[in-house]
Amino acid sequence: MPDAQTAQHTATDATTRPRVGLMVTCLVDLFRPAVGFSAVKLLEDAGCEVVVPRQTCCGQPAWNSGDRADTADLAKLMIQAFEGCDYVVAPSGSCAGMVRKHYPEVFKDDAEWAPKAHRLAQRTYELVSFLTEVRGVSALAARYPGTVTYHDSCSGLRELGVKEQPRRLLRGVEGVKLVEMPDAEVCCGFGGTFCVKYPEISGKMVGDKAAAIMATGADTLLAGDMGCLMNMAGRLKREGSGVKVRHVAEVLAGDLSAPPIGEGQS
Amino acid sequence: MKSTAHAFPENVSAALRDPQLNKALAKFKAGFPQRRATAVAALPEFEALRDEGKRIKDHALAHLDLYLEMFEANVVARGGHVHWARTAAEAREIVLKLCRDAGARMVTKGKSMVSEEVGLNTALEAAGLEVVETDLGEYILQIRKEAPSHIIAPALHLSKEQVADDFRRIHTHLPHDRQLTEPADILTEARVLLRDKFLQADVGITGANFLIAETGSTVIVTNEGNGDLTQTLPKTHIVLTSIEKVVPTLEDVSTLLRLLARSATGQEFSTYTTFSTGPRRPGDLDGPEAFHVVLVDNGRSALLGTEMQEVLRCIRCGACMNHCPVYHAVGGHAYGWVYPGPIGAVVDPAILGIKEAGHLPNASTFCGKCESVCPVRIPLPKLMRHWREKEFEANLQPAWMRQGLKTWAWFAKRPALYGAGARVAMAALGLAGRRRGRFGMLPLAGGWTSQRDFPAPQGRTFQDLYASRKGRTHG
Amino acid sequence: MAESARDGILGILRGAARDRDEAAARAAVAERVKGHPRNLVPARGQDAGAKAVDRFIQMATASAATVEVVPNGARVPHAVADYLSAHNLPSRVRVGPDADLSALPWDRRPTLEVLYGPAAPDDLVSVTPALAAVAETGTLMTRSGPGHPTTLNFLPNTHIVVLPVERVVGSYEDAWDMLRAGFTEAAEFPRTVNFITGPSRTADIEQTPQLHAHGPGRLHILLVGDATAPQG
Repeated sequence: MPDAQTAQHTATDATTRPRVGLMVTCLVDLFRPAVGFSAVKLLEDAGCEVVVPRQTCCGQPAWNSGDRADTADLAKLMIQAFEGCDYVVAPSGSCAGMVRKHYPEVFKDDAEWAPKAHRLAQRTYELVSFLTEVRGVSALAARYPGTVTYHDSCSGLRELGVKEQPRRLLRGVEGVKLVEMPDAEVCCGFGGTFCVKYPEISGKMVGDKAAAIMATGADTLLAGDMGCLMNMAGRLKREGSGVKVRHVAEVLAGDLSAPPIGEGQS
Repeated sequence: MKSTAHAFPENVSAALRDPQLNKALAKFKAGFPQRRATAVAALPEFEALRDEGKRIKDHALAHLDLYLEMFEANVVARGGHVHWARTAAEAREIVLKLCRDAGARMVTKGKSMVSEEVGLNTALEAAGLEVVETDLGEYILQIRKEAPSHIIAPALHLSKEQVADDFRRIHTHLPHDRQLTEPADILTEARVLLRDKFLQADVGITGANFLIAETGSTVIVTNEGNGDLTQTLPKTHIVLTSIEKVVPTLEDVSTLLRLLARSATGQEFSTYTTFSTGPRRPGDLDGPEAFHVVLVDNGRSALLGTEMQEVLRCIRCGACMNHCPVYHAVGGHAYGWVYPGPIGAVVDPAILGIKEAGHLPNASTFCGKCESVCPVRIPLPKLMRHWREKEFEANLQPAWMRQGLKTWAWFAKRPALYGAGARVAMAALGLAGRRRGRFGMLPLAGGWTSQRDFPAPQGRTFQDLYASRKGRTHG
Repeated sequence: MAESARDGILGILRGAARDRDEAAARAAVAERVKGHPRNLVPARGQDAGAKAVDRFIQMATASAATVEVVPNGARVPHAVADYLSAHNLPSRVRVGPDADLSALPWDRRPTLEVLYGPAAPDDLVSVTPALAAVAETGTLMTRSGPGHPTTLNFLPNTHIVVLPVERVVGSYEDAWDMLRAGFTEAAEFPRTVNFITGPSRTADIEQTPQLHAHGPGRLHILLVGDATAPQG
């Protein structure tokens, strides 16, 4: 069952000013800081105090490669880094899902760390669902002139129940026309190391995805995960498509300072 | 059957270049998920039934020894026989001996994945028996000498033209210029031909979808009715099945049947569900005189009580492969063994070993679609990850990947060093990609850039920028 | 002598369950089988009476069976004969030597040839009873026995089933209860129980659904009685 992210803390609610740790995610940190700043803006506008502890990666690549020891080491760093936060929010369903769904399993036989992992898991959220469900955000002041289509990234959709929340907020953005692509819920073929281990399968999947995106006639593709976005943008650009690719947070925050993913600075 | 799971990447390359396969898979992925969705939408209790199905199978597996003993006792009480096979070889020997004891020359078969798993046909044919598959799809594959590409739609990869060509090639007693253009022509020809085989067979072999401890019954689920003719007409009925299929009661099997067809084909119920209990009774006018059940282990018992146990809940509906984007891309043959798709990625390494089948649990994006449709809620991605852990522990992953991950993890565990390195690397990459915004080629990134461009980073890392902005604000 | 395969397999299974409370486990297993409790039965399987009959007709029709309601047993020979002529079939049927079916006034349609026994390879049409009909999916339940040869369900191209309307139940579980109610010391579970939902079919050629695979291509159900009256 997808886990609808409902607030589990009574210490903070929509009227107080919670301390939110931004789990920036390694791909945003390295490739697209604009997404991080958009997340900070959205969280601050939603009445949160944002902190950014020094961090690297949640450990998902190690976890999905069968490397439990490195996963545990990296997870411990994350758990420590976010100890003082009321909530931890990531602009990624995949990384938030790693913490929420998988950290407890990483430490299931570790009496010392299991409770800490559970505590972090319970207060970790994907950005858009945190805004809508925990902070009660229903409208944003942003403006984006364009026809956009939204890809549902797998972890956000199936591990965390992120589906309607981004669409709801996008419909409230001035100028946005939202069109659905066929098979929006079908995987784009990224899958972390999968895309380099099995490039041909990944290529077929992202080729199908690119075709579905282009069939909508939308001028902009949005999603909530950098991995999927880099994969889809890379394929769209390879095929010469003019579709602009951005993280949904950029549009919601109204921050278009960076060129679309995979496009140069003019 | 012989595995080519180790050659998965080569199999994939061939599959992606097969236009007929691509056409069939396009139809497949548009059809099966839609039909399931319609059936599920028509039954409001479906999600609750999935919980029930899981509960029933978990209970049965927790008491598997007891239910198997009860099943055996009830089969024997009704005049049947139960045989146990630890391995594929033992299973083949038992069935071959039963056929010989029955004086069999010709054997008809209903669809059975366990029979594919143990390589039964080859063994029987080597012993001089005529073996005839009677499920239409399986019959087509038998004359083509091909393996099934799907566990419930075995010939989905073929076109009707291919099948018509095969029929002309094999059915030489019929006029060569007969009409075989429509699916109905092909079906009619097969029906007439196989009707004679049903009537002539000495032994009928079927699989089983379920075994019922309460009654000692074996259960088959079909749409064609071939399984029923296979098991009703010959003097001997042999059920070749595996140990994890036993459930306690008729009520329990009823719940699982509500899940099976809807998950598999999107039907409300399959056409024929048949409960077979022993040989013909005194006064019966038809039915087999001898009834044998062969219970195959072949690696299953070793999973019980381990983290892999959950895969034994599988009822072989095929929903996971029907919904899998990787299966949709490459089809079933690429997996290289009997069980393709997500369930194959978990089961095949258990039977073949992780060295042979290691690619299969790796060839997943963990998109989670399979788990979301599994009627008995098997956490397939989690179980695939367990196989990756085993592979990692045994040091079986490719060196480039292992080394790459180790190096990355080494840095990621040292945030200061990682941050410094990331600043330098992203600055360089960002500068190089600044104008175009992406790379068509990059050193060491061939896996990525063979299929798509590599988007360039903005140049500075978020943490670097954030720190300097904070610095400006506060200091 | 080497360990038997049976002992080997059961030994591994018992080993995997070694942490189990053995007495409790055996008790749980015995109790479950003895009490055979129902699991969740969907709401649509809980219909009874005329509502169940309606649903049965609707679901059976959706599965490509045809359903005809006849007021009483005396009309069955006429309904059979009329069905045959409407489908241009020879006026000959193979009937299971079931007491109820044999007692029908077949001689009212003298041109209809009635043969009793199991199916012969060239029989085109069979007429059989059914033990129950399950409304939730339009499914018939038949059982084997001296009056009910199984081959009649599968060999002929056309299968006609005669079913008293009182035998329409909501769910599979209701049908099992009906079957169990007939158990005696001498005869418990039948050799064969068939659930039949519509005529045979296949989609093995290009995923194209086609009727009439190996089993009958036509399934015609004669519901006998007043389908609108509330049933027990």
